[in-house]
This record gives sequence, C-alpha cells and structure tokens, in this order.
Amino acid sequence: EEDTSYSHKEKHFFTHKPNMATILGKESGLNLKETELCLGLPGGGGVGGGGGGGGGGGSSEVETPRATGKRGFSETVDLKLNLQSKEDLNENLKNVSKEKTLLKDPAKPPAKEILEIEGDLEKYFRAQVVGWPPVRSYRKNMMAQKVSTEDVAEKTTSSTASGAFVKVSMDGAPYLRKVDLTMYKSYKDLSDALAKMFSSFTMGNYGAQGMIDFMNESKLMDLLNSSEYVPTYEDKDGDWMLVGDVPWEMFVESCKRLRIMKGSEAIGLAPRAMEKCKSRS
Amino acid sequence: MEGQAPSPLPDQVLENVLETVLHFLSSRRDRNAASLVCKSWYRAEALTRSELFIGNCYAVSPRRATARFPRVRSLTIKGKPRFADFDLMPLNWGAHFTPWAQALAQSYPSLRRLHLKRMSLTDRDLTLLSLSFPHFQDLLLTCCEAFTTTGLAAIAANCRLLRVLDLAECVVEVADEEVDWISSFPETQEETHLESLVFDCVECPVNFQALERLVARSPSLRKLRLNRYVSMSQLHRLMHRAPQLTHLGTGSFSASELDPEPDYASAFAASKSLVCLSGFREIWPDYLPAIYPACANLTSLNFSYADINAHQLKSVIRHCHKLQTFWVLDSISDEGLQAVAETCKDLRELRVFPVNTREEIEGPVSEVGFEAISRGCRKLQSILFFCQRMTNAAVVAMSNNCPDLVVFRLCIIGQYRPDPETLEPMDEGFGAIVMNCKKLTRLAVSGLLTDRAFGYIGTYGKLIRTLSVAFAGDTDLGLKYVLEGCPNLQKLEIRDSPFGDGALRSGLHHFYNMRFLWMSSCKLTRQACQEVARRLPHLVLEVINSEEGKADDIEILYMYRSLDRPRDDAPKVVTILH
Repeated sequence: EEDTSYSHKEKHFFTHKPNMATILGKESGLNLKETELCLGLPGGGGVGGGGGGGGGGGSSEVETPRATGKRGFSETVDLKLNLQSKEDLNENLKNVSKEKTLLKDPAKPPAKEILEIEGDLEKYFRAQVVGWPPVRSYRKNMMAQKVSTEDVAEKTTSSTASGAFVKVSMDGAPYLRKVDLTMYKSYKDLSDALAKMFSSFTMGNYGAQGMIDFMNESKLMDLLNSSEYVPTYEDKDGDWMLVGDVPWEMFVESCKRLRIMKGSEAIGLAPRAMEKCKSRS
Repeated sequence: MEGQAPSPLPDQVLENVLETVLHFLSSRRDRNAASLVCKSWYRAEALTRSELFIGNCYAVSPRRATARFPRVRSLTIKGKPRFADFDLMPLNWGAHFTPWAQALAQSYPSLRRLHLKRMSLTDRDLTLLSLSFPHFQDLLLTCCEAFTTTGLAAIAANCRLLRVLDLAECVVEVADEEVDWISSFPETQEETHLESLVFDCVECPVNFQALERLVARSPSLRKLRLNRYVSMSQLHRLMHRAPQLTHLGTGSFSASELDPEPDYASAFAASKSLVCLSGFREIWPDYLPAIYPACANLTSLNFSYADINAHQLKSVIRHCHKLQTFWVLDSISDEGLQAVAETCKDLRELRVFPVNTREEIEGPVSEVGFEAISRGCRKLQSILFFCQRMTNAAVVAMSNNCPDLVVFRLCIIGQYRPDPETLEPMDEGFGAIVMNCKKLTRLAVSGLLTDRAFGYIGTYGKLIRTLSVAFAGDTDLGLKYVLEGCPNLQKLEIRDSPFGDGALRSGLHHFYNMRFLWMSSCKLTRQACQEVARRLPHLVLEVINSEEGKADDIEILYMYRSLDRPRDDAPKVVTILH
C-alpha cells in the first residue's frame, strides 16, 4: 500500500542520506544536523550565489569523509576551502530566498538563521562527494574553466550593439580571445578578466589600482626586465603602448587590440609611456 | 610409389579441416562455445583464434593467455573498472601493462593490433612495443595513463607500418626533454600508412610544421583528431592537405592570429567525405557557420566540449538531418534539445553532459527536453543524460517512445532526488524502462530509488549486462532482486547504497558468470567477504580501505573471477582476501 503522506516521503528522503551532515558538522565544528540536506551549505554559494555570478567560479571540491569519518583517497582529490568575505556572504544571502528547493521542509530553518545560529561567517565550505556526479576529471576541469570565464562576460553573442570588442593575444598561448572593453570599469577589472583567461598572466606587479605605476621609474624597469607578462595595446595611430599609460576612458576609446607579452619584450615601449604620464601630470 | 611422403593420418585431416573451418569464426562467444565441444575442437580453436579479448587483465595471467592462444594478431585488454575514472580508486592500484608487454613481445611476433583500455603503461612498454612487432599496425589506447610523449615518439619512429594511432581520453604526461613526438614520424618515408591519427587528449603543443608535413604525406588518412593546441587557421591548412578526411577533430576551433582570416567554410565544403566532427575545444562561436557546408552529411557530431547556447546550436543542427550520434553540453538547454528532436530523426545515440555539476542549481536541461527527444528521435538506442531535474512521466514516455533502447543511463545529479512533481521515488520511471525496452543491456540509475525499483530490474531486466547504482535502495532486498533476477549480469558497480552481507551472499550462484562486482560505501563486512572468498576459490576479493589495516568495515570491495593466483602488484591499501 502506498503511504503518500508527506512524512513518509520525508522519511525516505532523510533516512537515505549517509548522515553526511553530522559528519561535516564534526569536521568543521558547525552543527549542521538540521540543515538542508542538499550539499550546499548556507552562504557557501551552495544554496545561493555561485550558480549565477556571485562566487568566484572555479571548482572547489572538498572531499567528504566517508561513513567512518575518515578521508578517502586524498591524493586524488583537491581540497579547497571556498572562503568568502562577509560582503560576498551577504550578497549570497540575498539570493538564497530566490532559489527553489525541491523539498520544502518547514522544520528546517532558513539559511540566514543557520548562519546566525552558528555565528561563524568565515568558516564554511561547499562540500561535494568524491566522484559524483560521474563525470571524468578531464571534462570536469574543462568545464570549471569555462564557468569561470563566463563570469568575465566574454560572451561572443551575435547581437553586440555598441561594444568595444578587441582581440587579445598572449605570447605563447595558442589561441586568441575577444573582450568587450565597455564591460569593464577600470584597468583592475580588465586585468582580473585577463588573468582568468590566460592563467599564467598574473597581476602581481600592478598595485592597488591595477595600473602600472609609470611615475616610479625603477619599479617600472624592474617589471620590464622580468619575465613577468605585461599587457600592451595598439592604439588608433597604430602605435604599441603599455596598457595603463592613459586614463581608462581614453584607453577604451583608443585601444584597437591587446597583446600580452613578456616584460623584457615590452621594454622599448616604456619611455614613451612614461613621457605620456609625465606630460599629463 | 616410392619417395612420397606418407599421407596424413585421418585425425590430422580432421584437425586441418576443423582449423580451416574455425578460421571463419569471428565472434568470441561462438569461439568459446566451439572450444568446449571436445579436446580437438579446443586445440583447433586455440590455434585459429587471432583476435583475443581479455575483459579483465587480472582474470588471466599473460603466460596462460599466450600459452593457450599462440597465434594472436589482435589483442584487446581492459584493466581498471570504470569507477576508477571518478577518482574512487587509489593511485597505483594496478592494471600495469608491463608484464603483458613482455609476454607479448616473446609470444606474438606477428602482433598487428593492440587495444588497451584503462591500463597503466609506461614509456618503456611503448618502446618495447615499437621494437618488438615488425608488422605492428594499430595502437588504440583508451583511458590509459602513465606514459609520456617520449613513448609516443618511440611508436612514431619505429612502427613503419603504423596505420592507426588512437589516443582517447588518455592522460599523457609531457616528457621532460623537449621531444616532439609528431616530428618522430620518419620524414624519409615518402608516404606513411596512416589511416587514423587521434590525439585530442594530448595536453601539449605539437610541432605544427611537422604535423602538416605528416598529413601531406599520408594519403590514406581518414581520421584526424587534433588537440586544443591547434588553432583555426592551422586546422584550415590541414584540411586543405587532407580533403579526403571522414572523421575530423577540429582542435581548439579558435583563432590564434591577429590578421584577417581565411575562408574556413570553403575548407569544410571541400571536405566532401566528412561524416564525423568533434573537437571544438575552445570554441569561438563566431566560427560555427564554417561547418554548415559539412552538416548535411554528418552522422556524428561531438559538441561536448563546446558550451554553446540554444541559438548557436540551432543554427547548426537544423542542417544535420542524417545525424545518428550526438554528444553535447547541457548549455544548449531544453530549447536546444527540442531543436535536435525536430531535425535528427535518425538519432541513435545521445549524450548530454553537464557544464555545471552542482546539484542545487536549476539546471538548463530537464524532463522537458528529455521528453522532446523521446518524441522526436524514435530510433534512439543509447542515451546518457545528466540533469538536475527529471520526472517519472518523462522517463515513462521515453520507455514507450523509444523501444529500441539498448543503453539507458540517466544521471540526476542531486542525490536521492524524488520526482519534483509528484515527490514520488523514481521507481516507476526506471521500472517502465526495463519493462518496455526489451533490448536493454546497459542501465544506470539515479534519483530517489527504493527496493521496488530493483524489483522491477530483477523481474524485467533479463538482458542487462551492465548495471550502475549510486545512492539507491533501502535494504538487502534491492541487491538480492538484481543478483537473483538478472541472469546476464556481468558488470555491477554500486556505490553508497545500503546493501550488506545478506545481499552479497545471494549472488554466490552467479559470481563466476560476472566480470566484476564493485561495491563501495555499502554495508559489507570483512567476514562476509572472507566467506565468499572461501566458498568461491576462483574469485578474487580486493578490499580497499583508505587506511591500511582497517578492521571490519569495507570501504571498497572490488571482486572478479580469475583463473590464476591473485596478483602480487597491489599497493598496500589493497587487501586480497582468500
């Protein structure tokens, strides 16, 4: 006979969980026993954020301990804690209420309350089970890359009304990208996006504003003497310049294409860039 | 009559006749049956078997295999079980090819073809292969690992008659020295014998000039699958060198030069024999129109690395009337699936992979697209479908619309997910599949499932050979139904399900008929496994625990039949019970 009462279904749903919630709770110090059993912990981008554009993309797989509480094959699993700042958390919490959950359990406290109960906003992680879903690592990694580049809004859709699309190449990388400069508000935004697209390109030397400090000659020369990559661009006149030599809005206007090259190759462009900066200040 | 050789004995004549006749038997099942008739048939069959298939490298030792079948020209060996692909097995678990390489080098000088799946083979193994078989033609490696581009270079350099070099989903390390394996194909050979060169999984750049020259001097080349380090314009050049290609893997499908680009569509138009397209590893959707000229002839299209949306897909798929095999990402959404259903009336195989494997998201594909496919593609034989949401009704619909299904693999990403409309378990949907799809041999289940679902499988799944189960079932009964009800079951992989010792015992009558049983994170105890090992001496029970010397709980049981003693190459985390 069919017992179609809600509690019966609930029983099915809950009894079959391998009690990972408790185990996770033990591991992290959070008592998660009462929480939503879909493995997306509150604020961790699990129930809210991450899916759309809140979190920082990428894969953060944490291996759950098995029923015995011990870890599985840690050599084969990346252990990453998806730590986010308080601001991001609040962002995510706004999204929580919009998400549908398949089984609405009135007994379960909403995500926000749980966070308040636990009171530990810094420590949470999104947990995933090893080897689930059964997608090969190669494919999973490829997809993780793609999800993060989507955050960069590098969508090459057919309708691009007024955008400033420029081709971006990086020395040594086998393929080009296109970016729409109007999608970014500053050099920092652009360099973050480039960093995601070309993973060996780092912004280490760019400082807080995301701009090369052209006024500091020695720092500039250090950068250009190193094997670090720097972005350069071709302007309206066909000249190749170092990115960052002009205010952002001017840059968007005049940039025709971008090329990321080794600092040592860009060294010839430095004097002109510094001149431009000096003449403006 | 003097000086004439004595006429052959009647037995000898019979044996010769037998060999001549058996020579024509190709199916290994037929051959296995023939070998059981009597001793002379056994001998004759053994002498005439030229294609040897070994489904589990540990089921038989290399020595035994080569001793029984001395005249093998084509060999297939499979190693690790499929769940190893998902990081469920320890590194260095086994499936080492080296002992086989040595045995083959000794016993099979005429070896022509080798196909390895989920084996671990080293550069030394590859080098040995390349030097040991003067007639070697075909090397196919699927999901293999532990070798580098150095090994590939040895094959390229030494196998003069090489016809097929297919690397599918392998993990190829880059060698320390800057050896470009493509350049190792001897340039002195005016024409190569290459018919198939597949290296899309090799994660390092190749010397393009060498590749272009290789393609130019390979007039028999029909299959070429490039890796993602080959750009669009390079692809263009290669296509012009080889307009006779039937199977093309397009590499990155993305630009690498800043200058204006050639007319890619013309290259696709010129390749009139193309029937299979894949690649699109870094796809730049602006380039999609280039493939339009080829679409009408395509029977196989693999977009499973291209996250295109419904609109982009539609522009392509509406030309693909002959499509039979289609692999794609769920980024095309239900709308994209509907477009496929409208055009691809001949579709036999569909695989939909997830871009985002998180379970709590809405997910772009669902029962809507699934059901649309079932209505539009009535000839469907094989489906692999990942989704965050599925209803019983849609699965039942597919069971009715697609009675030819042989492979049904549905992966609802969220564990223990019931039908979102009815909140019922997914029992009825899968039940309908096993009931209505009478040719079904492979089944993978998911979602909230009770013992009832397994009851259906045991009752109706009489032809099922492979069954995959995860996070399902209530009690031992579930597994019992399957082990008692499915006489053709050969491969059973179960994880995170509450099946225990009683269930295991219920399969004792059948385990010798199976290739393997995998059970991880279930409820087995060591004692029960020990008991099975005692009662069935030709079974090898590998107990794998993440920590050595674990007492009673079994994390992983990997069990298989074997004619020889248990292996001695297991890592410490593996305990072999006997």
